[in-house]
Amino acid sequence: MEHITVKPRIHASGWRMWTIMRIGSWKNWALGCAAAFVAGSAYATPVPGGINFQPAATETAEHVHAFHTEVLIIITAITVFVTLLLLWVMIRYNKRANPVAKKFSHNTTVEILWTVIPVLILIWIAKGSFPLLYEQDVMPDVAETEIVDVKVYGRQWYWSYIYGEGDDSLEYDSNMIQAADLKAGMIQQLSVDNPMVAPAGKYVRLSVTASDVIHAWAMPAFALKVDAVPGRLNQLWFKTDKPGVYYGQCSELCGDRHSGMPIELRVLPQDQYDAWLAHAKTSLSEARAYLDQVQPLTAQVASR
Amino acid sequence: MSTTKSTHDHDHAAHDGHGHDHAHDHSHDDHHDPKWYSPSRWLFSTNHKDIGTLYLVFALIAGVIGFVFSGFMRVELAEPGLQLFNGTAFGGFFGNEHNYNVITTMHGLIMIFFMVMPALIGGFGNWFVPLMIGAPDMAMPRMNNISFWLLPAAFFLLVLSMFVPAQATGDATGFGGGWVLYPPLSGSTGHSGVAMDLVIFSLHLAGISSILGAINFIVTILNMRAPGMTLHKMPLFAWSVLVTAFLLVLALPVLAGALTMLLTDRNFGSKFFVPAGGGDPIMFQHLFWFFGHPEVYIMILPGFGIISHVISTFSKKPVFGYLAMAYAMVAIGLIGFVVWAHHMYTVGMNVNLKAYFVAATMVIAVPTGVKIFSWIATMWGGSIDFKVPMLWAIGFIFLFTVGGVTGVVLANAGVDHALHDTYYVVAHFHYVLSLGAVFTLFCGWYYWFEKMFGIKYNGFIGGLHFWLMFIGSNLIFFPQHFLGLQGMPRRYVDYAPAFREWHHLSTIGYYVAAAATIVFFIGLLEAMIRRRKGVANPWGEGATTLEWTLSSPPPFHQYNDLPRVK
Repeated sequence: MEHITVKPRIHASGWRMWTIMRIGSWKNWALGCAAAFVAGSAYATPVPGGINFQPAATETAEHVHAFHTEVLIIITAITVFVTLLLLWVMIRYNKRANPVAKKFSHNTTVEILWTVIPVLILIWIAKGSFPLLYEQDVMPDVAETEIVDVKVYGRQWYWSYIYGEGDDSLEYDSNMIQAADLKAGMIQQLSVDNPMVAPAGKYVRLSVTASDVIHAWAMPAFALKVDAVPGRLNQLWFKTDKPGVYYGQCSELCGDRHSGMPIELRVLPQDQYDAWLAHAKTSLSEARAYLDQVQPLTAQVASR
Repeated sequence: MSTTKSTHDHDHAAHDGHGHDHAHDHSHDDHHDPKWYSPSRWLFSTNHKDIGTLYLVFALIAGVIGFVFSGFMRVELAEPGLQLFNGTAFGGFFGNEHNYNVITTMHGLIMIFFMVMPALIGGFGNWFVPLMIGAPDMAMPRMNNISFWLLPAAFFLLVLSMFVPAQATGDATGFGGGWVLYPPLSGSTGHSGVAMDLVIFSLHLAGISSILGAINFIVTILNMRAPGMTLHKMPLFAWSVLVTAFLLVLALPVLAGALTMLLTDRNFGSKFFVPAGGGDPIMFQHLFWFFGHPEVYIMILPGFGIISHVISTFSKKPVFGYLAMAYAMVAIGLIGFVVWAHHMYTVGMNVNLKAYFVAATMVIAVPTGVKIFSWIATMWGGSIDFKVPMLWAIGFIFLFTVGGVTGVVLANAGVDHALHDTYYVVAHFHYVLSLGAVFTLFCGWYYWFEKMFGIKYNGFIGGLHFWLMFIGSNLIFFPQHFLGLQGMPRRYVDYAPAFREWHHLSTIGYYVAAAATIVFFIGLLEAMIRRRKGVANPWGEGATTLEWTLSSPPPFHQYNDLPRVK
């Protein structure tokens, strides 16, 4: 591998609840970690027993994770607080400990407190929530040369990607690889024949729509999701500096094979992206071969 | 409310002049009580208690079907690949991926429209709203009858839809577009067959049933409270049903309108939701969720009412902050109407609109918090008796808190972009419904079992039922948070092998919940066989509402002399 630019972070989300896991999967887990280091570029996939987000691929996704962590701490504290209160009343005020019930039914002070404090907590959450929302939804004002446009069509049951416009445009379909046809390094239910490809370091702007029913283009590592709605053109943007392989799945029920139209996104350095685009315009199989050469999946095989 | 006292039954002497007539009425009624096996008693019933029982039996049957369907899903999802829905398993009985979608769709619709709503509103609402407010019956008893009998018809259409063509051509049967019925998947593009039309008719009928029922409750509660029972003295369960009834009357017609538009799109060439004709599929989603979000409060509010009574009864203390509790429900109901698009953060809404829905949605946490804390404050200083209903009530408070706080996470559109349509959402709404609403349902069942049927349940079996259900349902749904965070989408029949661990654990949890359900029915059978005679008030001084002043079961017609509330 020539582009060891990104430290694999696959293990970040992989810590697990040891008590309930099968012993056998520990081996897979260890192999998966090792494989990720060998591979040298980011692979964001679900991991067995994972309990958190997939590793963030963009700055915005990192902000989503940070915000989620903050809210998670708050809600865990609230849940623990309520649980402790429940335990306390169950111990202190059960009929043995307290044979005669008191009769009070009002206390203005605590009633004001448990109204005002939640309001303050919510204001605190909102303070982080709104900037995050606008950061995600509003693409920074950058020069057109910094933007790569990709049109995305959701169809029953595959995705189509369109690069560029007019005679010079590239359009192809992206179908899931069936379990029987999986090659080394591919992931069942996630790998596709012709992945979507995007350059690292550019603002990638997706225009998403659908040709039959509603689908949704989702990319967990980017914390992104938008519905593909017939008759509407929805926009998404992302910018990542991490070349790698990322997986997403259709996220709006679209019929029989809803679970069979995954999204595989390959992020390449600009020069490799340009080379892939040139290949793809002549032959999709050549383009695929080029992808597998510069960004081989084989190192991942052991972990699945 | 703790000061309410019935003058009925024990106090004939106080009503001189009426005493004789009253006694006469009573023996007259007793003599003519219809036998339980008489078909006309049930088919033509105008008695709120009998209709309540019909609703409960109906909900039990529908609930078992919905629960078995969820079992099909959990078995399918126990391993990657296709276990049941692969066209060959059990001689192809389960069909293929389409049938999986049909099962998930039916599970949702059955549990919402034919289990939770009939049980909480039709069942407990019918049984106990008149008893609690001191009314002899519902205001419109015959309308009550048709409210119920529309439901089996609606349920029949829904079940029938599973066996008729999904598409105009081909062998597939049933509608597999999810309970939210989004077009174009539910339009002629996605499901051109007659199955979807039957689903529409089914929901129309169920909606009419609910609207009629809701009107009945509003009229009853506003007009038929016993002398002296002002709205501000009315038991919280009656309050909860009143708020729920208003939500039903306001929300269901919107669903009915959207469904009718869908029906004409499908059959008569209108283009409300057809983009090629200038329509917009997203408009359906707005209409659907304008109904759908109040609907989730419709399912939980009656439960809130039940929990308040149970907590108060077994703590032997009046409800803490009664007025705040009542108006918290009103507030939840009102705010519930202005937050609907938080179900639609990913449809491509304007960012400012999303920001509004984030803010509005988070506001709901405040009245909900007031309720949680007031329940705990009711227990504070009490003398708590851990009878079976109280176990369910305390379990509910904990589980509803867990489900509530994940709702706060999802309210933030920024995070929801990652979590929308993943298992995190499935975990969230099952914590508030499957572990929230259903726990309130069992809570009410054990609380009022003796009152309704005149026999005692077995406390050990009831406790076992609770603990198995508590463990089982947590095992099912807690791991699903992790699946969602990892990116596992909803409504998937098959998944990447990495998701196996948590799915497998979830399925094991289902088996525990299934054992709990079997224990529940054993408990019901045991009580029916042993027939331990019930008493008027098994719970003692803590049970202060009017239904406990009547015999168990209550007389066929109660309150021939209206109780007076001080």
